[in-house]
Amino acid sequence: MKDYFELLAAFFRIGAFTFGGGYAMLPMLERELILKHKWSTMEELMDYFAVGQCTPGTIAVNTASFIGYKRKKVPGAIIATLGVILPSLIIIIILAAILQQVSDYPVVQSAFRGISAAVAALIVQSVWGMGKSGVKNLLGVILMILSFYFIFFLKVNPVWIVLGAGGMGAFAYSEIGKKAFKKLLTPFGKEESK
Amino acid sequence: MIYLQLCIEFFKTGLFSVGGGLATLPFLYAMAERYPWFTKAELTQMIAVSESTPGPLGVNMATYVGMKTAGPLGGILATLSLVLPGLIIIILIARTLEKFQKNQLVQNVFSGLRPAVVGMIAFSATSVLENAFFLAGTDFSSFSLGTLDWRNIILFFVLLFAVFKWKKHPILYIAIGAIVGIVFQF
Repeated sequence: MKDYFELLAAFFRIGAFTFGGGYAMLPMLERELILKHKWSTMEELMDYFAVGQCTPGTIAVNTASFIGYKRKKVPGAIIATLGVILPSLIIIIILAAILQQVSDYPVVQSAFRGISAAVAALIVQSVWGMGKSGVKNLLGVILMILSFYFIFFLKVNPVWIVLGAGGMGAFAYSEIGKKAFKKLLTPFGKEESK
Repeated sequence: MIYLQLCIEFFKTGLFSVGGGLATLPFLYAMAERYPWFTKAELTQMIAVSESTPGPLGVNMATYVGMKTAGPLGGILATLSLVLPGLIIIILIARTLEKFQKNQLVQNVFSGLRPAVVGMIAFSATSVLENAFFLAGTDFSSFSLGTLDWRNIILFFVLLFAVFKWKKHPILYIAIGAIVGIVFQF
């Protein structure tokens, strides 16, 4: 029982004190999981991050499921996951209720108008950063443009784009695909070195 | 039955959004188009609140959208549905973690997925930009110089420059946006 409570409390703190998720939560995970509880090593944590990148769901939640499972199997995974989402649930439900009541005030609307410009700037920067790390060859450029085209102009459901792009990756990077698409798969900046 | 619809939509979002919180946005914009639950302009507001409160962005967005659509119970159900697919998958692969990670097919699939995710998030960015650039009640389809919100566009470019130059915490830029909006009565 005490183990479960410790898991819940540790991940509650992690959820409550990290902003933005993803790599932003690494320092907090390090403090709680490695230094304080010694539930994990830095190497393991990096592995969880890597797997979190390539499984559905947010990285924070996936890391919680992993550590929870490692400590206490399935119940542990569930408890740790609940711990990490609980702060969001509490804070957002309270905030949303308040904001709904005050959102008609002109001052609040002015604030949100200015905030919309800030959110736009932040998202443009995130897309730029993701593009730099996620698009590494000509095939990547094509897939990026195609997915944008399909969702923006043809209003295709994102589910199909995920399935389609995953399938394309499986084919293009297989042994047959590697021979057929050699040029498309050459990483940028490596053309001359060959 | 709105609760069931919320659960299904967020389970799908959780299952197919790969690569963190921002990857949930294309699904949320698709929801805004298909259901009368919330508008695209409201989504921008929710992103701002989710970025300035603690917790993973995807989880915050799910809670907010669920709460806005069907009250506190909606928020709870949407969030649980969002994390359920990830939880199940992690439990299934936790025992064979290394094998999964080194599996060539898994790596190939993700080499194709990553660029597509960038394209989809770029799509979400266009909606956010549209909301910031056009005056209330107008959008890209009614484009003319008169429908553009010039003050907000200038603020956007100033903040964009600042974001790329200094890379401070998102809350700082959101706070600056709010203060400028209030002071200049946007």
